[in-house]
Amino acid sequence: MSLPSNDMMAAIAATRFGLGARPGEIAAAQSDPRGVLLAQIRPEGADQPQGDGESTAQRLAEFRDYQMTKREAKADGQAKSDPVKDAQKRLRDQTEGDFLARARLGANTEAAFRERWTLFWSNHFTVSATKQITAAVVGPFEQEAIRPHVFGRFEDLLVASSTHPAMLLYLDQAQSMGPGSKAAAYQRKNGKPVGGLNENLAREILELHTLGVDAGYSQADVTEFARALTGYSIGRPQDQNPHQYLFRDNTHEPGARTVMGKAYPQAGQAQARAVMADLAVSPHTARHVATKLAAHFVNDAPPPALVARLEKSYLDSGGRLDDLARALVTAPEAWDPAPAKFKTPYEFAISTWRAVGAEPSAIGKLAPVLTGLGQKPFSAPSPKGWDDQAQTWCAPDALIKRLRFSEGFAAVAADRLDPNAFAQSALGARLTPPVAKAVARAETRREAMALLLMSPEFQRR
Amino acid sequence: MNTPLSRRSLLQQAAGLGVTVSFMGGSAFAAADGAMAKRKLVVVICRGGMDGLTVSPPVGDPDYTALRGAVAVAPDQALKLDATFGLHPALESVHALALKGQARIAPAIASPDRARSHFEAQDVLETGAAQVYGVGTGWLNRTLEVMGPSRVEALSVGATAPLILRGKVQAASWSPGKGVDETARLPTLLQDLYKSDPMMGPAFARGLETEAMAQAAMTGLDPAPTAVSADTTSMAPKSMWQNAVNTQPGMAPAAMTPAPQAIDTQRQGREAARKLGATLAGFMVQEGGPRIAAISLDGWDTHAGQVGQLNTRLSYLDAVLDGLNTGLGAEWRNTVVVAATEFGRTARVNGTGGTDHGTGSTALVLGGGLKKGGVIGDWPTLKQDALFENRDVRPTLDMRGLFKGVLADHMGVDRKALETTVFPDSADAKAVTGLV
Repeated sequence: MSLPSNDMMAAIAATRFGLGARPGEIAAAQSDPRGVLLAQIRPEGADQPQGDGESTAQRLAEFRDYQMTKREAKADGQAKSDPVKDAQKRLRDQTEGDFLARARLGANTEAAFRERWTLFWSNHFTVSATKQITAAVVGPFEQEAIRPHVFGRFEDLLVASSTHPAMLLYLDQAQSMGPGSKAAAYQRKNGKPVGGLNENLAREILELHTLGVDAGYSQADVTEFARALTGYSIGRPQDQNPHQYLFRDNTHEPGARTVMGKAYPQAGQAQARAVMADLAVSPHTARHVATKLAAHFVNDAPPPALVARLEKSYLDSGGRLDDLARALVTAPEAWDPAPAKFKTPYEFAISTWRAVGAEPSAIGKLAPVLTGLGQKPFSAPSPKGWDDQAQTWCAPDALIKRLRFSEGFAAVAADRLDPNAFAQSALGARLTPPVAKAVARAETRREAMALLLMSPEFQRR
Repeated sequence: MNTPLSRRSLLQQAAGLGVTVSFMGGSAFAAADGAMAKRKLVVVICRGGMDGLTVSPPVGDPDYTALRGAVAVAPDQALKLDATFGLHPALESVHALALKGQARIAPAIASPDRARSHFEAQDVLETGAAQVYGVGTGWLNRTLEVMGPSRVEALSVGATAPLILRGKVQAASWSPGKGVDETARLPTLLQDLYKSDPMMGPAFARGLETEAMAQAAMTGLDPAPTAVSADTTSMAPKSMWQNAVNTQPGMAPAAMTPAPQAIDTQRQGREAARKLGATLAGFMVQEGGPRIAAISLDGWDTHAGQVGQLNTRLSYLDAVLDGLNTGLGAEWRNTVVVAATEFGRTARVNGTGGTDHGTGSTALVLGGGLKKGGVIGDWPTLKQDALFENRDVRPTLDMRGLFKGVLADHMGVDRKALETTVFPDSADAKAVTGLV
C-alpha cells in the first residue's frame, strides 16, 4: 500500500490523527507529517489541562462535606437550604470547570495527536458523571489515572484505573465485601446487615477494559474475579489516607481463586493484581485493543491488515502503548486519503474552535451543543463509553443541530476571516473542488464559514 | 416569554434525563385495510437491565421477601394485580390501565442472549437475532422492510440513532430543540454538497423534512401558536453567540449562566417525561405520521442504591406511558406499547443494596385494544431450584415470541416474513398470540 503525497498526509495528520487543524498546522507538518506525530509520543504521558488543580481526595472530601450539609439541613426540616444549594452549585461549577479546561487543552494544543490518543484511553476506561459523586471526580480521574500512563504499559493504565477512587465508586467496587471475609463474620456475629459481593467492576474489566465480550469467560470467572477484587476500596475520613485508594484486608475474601482456568493463590491485593497482570498481556486483550484503536482512528470497519499490525505490536511489546502509538502512525493503512470517520460531537466542536485558532470562552458555549447532539459532557451513557461509529452520530436531527451550531459560530467568528484562506488552512489538501467552489461563491463570510464547517470534508476525518 | 417556552424546555430536560424517542412508519401501510392501517406500535427499551422483580414484584411468591431483603417491595406497598403479582407503587398510571384490562405483564421474559453483558444483550434485543453479531440491522427496520412496499417513512427522535431501527429503510430523526428554516439558502447549498456523500445526504434531507412534522406535533400539543413562533425568533443566533470565542488562550471564562433552580427534580422529570410521551403521540396522530416508534429510557443498571434509583426511573417510565396514552386519545385503542429490557437482575440482593446482571425480567404490554387476561407466560417461581443458574429469574418466554405475536396479530405482518426476515432463526420462540 503506497502512501499519499506529503500535502495529503499533512492534512490527514492534523484532521484524522489530531483534533482538526489550527491555522498553519497543516503547512507546518508538510515536510514530515509522520515525524510530527511520532515526536508527540513521550514517556511522561499526556499534557494536563489547566483546571483548578484539585485532587480526587480533595474533591471527595468536599463531596462529603456537601452530603453532611445536606443531611443537617434535612434534619432541620429544610429540604433545600442555601448552604446546600451553594454546595451543589460549587460541585457543578467544578465539573464544568474540569470539562472546559480539557476542551481548552484540546483546542489549543500543538500536540493534538497526543491529546486524541489520550481521549481514546480516557473513553476506554470510562468513568461517567451519571452519579453525583462521580461527577465530582471524573476530571481528576482522567488527570491522575489516565494521562500519566498513556504511553506506558497497558497494565499500569489498567491498575491505575482499577484502583482509582472514581472507578471504584462508578462501578460500585468500593463497598464490595467477601462473604467469607473477617468483616462479614464480624457483622454476622453482631447481628448487623451483612455486606456482600458486587461484581460490576470485575465484569467490566473483563468485558470492556481487557479481554472483550467474546473471549470465552464464564459467569463463574466473573464471580471469582469479583472475589479477588474484594478489599479494593477507598479510605474513610478516619483512615490514614482519606478519600484515596485503600486495600481493606478485612473485607477481602480469603483463599485461592481460579479465573479462566488459572489458579491465583496470592493473598490480599496481590491476588487481583496478578489477575490483571495476566489480563493485560492476554492475546484477547491485544486483539480487543487493536481492533478498537483501528476503528477509532481509521475506519468503523477497520482494515484487517491494520488490526493485525497493531495486535502484533501489542503482543511483541507486552502491551507497551508508546510502541502501539508508533505502530499506528507508521501503518500505511492508517493514511488512506478517504475520510471514513465521522466526527463525534466533541471532535466536531473542538475542531471548529481549532479551525479559527480559538478556544471556547465558557462552558455555556460548549456544553449545550454537546448535550443537544447526544454527548453530554463527562456523561457517557454506560461504562462502555462513547461510541465512535458514524451511524450513531450522523442522525438526521444531529445534522440539523450541527448546522445550527455552525451558523451560530460563523455569526461571531467569520467576519475577521478570508473564507478561501480559512478553507485551505482547515482542510489543506483534503479540500475538494466542489467545497472550495461553494465557499468561494458564498454570499457572505458567514455563509462561507458555515458551509465549510458543514462540508462532508470537515464533518469527516 | 418564559411561559410559552416552558413546554419546550421541559422536552429538553427530557432529553437530559436519558430519554430518547425514535419512530418509524408513515404511509407504509396506505394500501392496507382500513382498520389495520390505523394500528400503531411503540417499543420502549429500558437500557441497563431493568429489575423485573421491582417492576412487578411477586409479593405473593413465598420466597420473594427473603431473597430480596432490603430491596424488596413491601407487600402492602405494591399495587395489586393478582394473588402473586403487584406493580411498583410508582407505576400508578400503568396500574390504572391494568385495572381496565389495558396493561399486562410478562414477568419471566428474556432475549435469547445469556451472556449478561449489557452491550451484547441490547444488541440481541434490538437486532432480533438469535445471537450477537448475527445481524447488523434492527428488527423494527426490517418490519417496515417487509410491510411497506413503497414510500416508507422512518423517523428517529433523539440525537443518536438506536440499533433497533437501523437498516435498509432510512430513518429520519428529531429531538427537542429549535428548528432550521428550510427555505434558507444554506440547507439548499448543503444538499448540493452532500449529493456525493451516501451517508450525510439522505440523513440531512430527512432531517429537514422532519422539522415540518415536528412543528406540527408541537403545535398540536399547545394550542397557543405563539409558543412555536417565539422559539423560532431565536433563529438569529448572534446574541447567544456573542463572545463565544476566545481568540487568545488562557482568557478568563465569561460569567456562567446561573444554573436553573432545582426545585423538585423528580417531579420536573416526571413532567418532562409525560410531555415527551405526549409529543410522540402528537407525531403519531398526524395524517401520514409514524405508526411505529421506539423510546429509549436509560439508567436501569442498579448495582447499588437500587430502591431510590428505581423509584425515580419507574416514575419516569410511568409518566412517558401516561403521556402517550393521553396524547393518543381515541387512537389509544389502535395502539400497543411494549416496554422491555435487555436482561433482568439477580433474584438475590447483592452486597451493596442493589442487584447484579441477571436473566429473566418483566415486560409490560399496554394498549387500548388488548384482550383481558392474566400474566403473559408462566411464572417459574423463586424457589431455589427454579432459579436460572441458582441466581436469576428463569425465563419462560422468549422476547421474540412476544414481539412476533404483536406484529402478527396487531400489525398484520405476514407470518412467513416474520420468521424469515424480521426474526430469523426464531422457530423456538413461538409467537404469543391472542393478545389483541
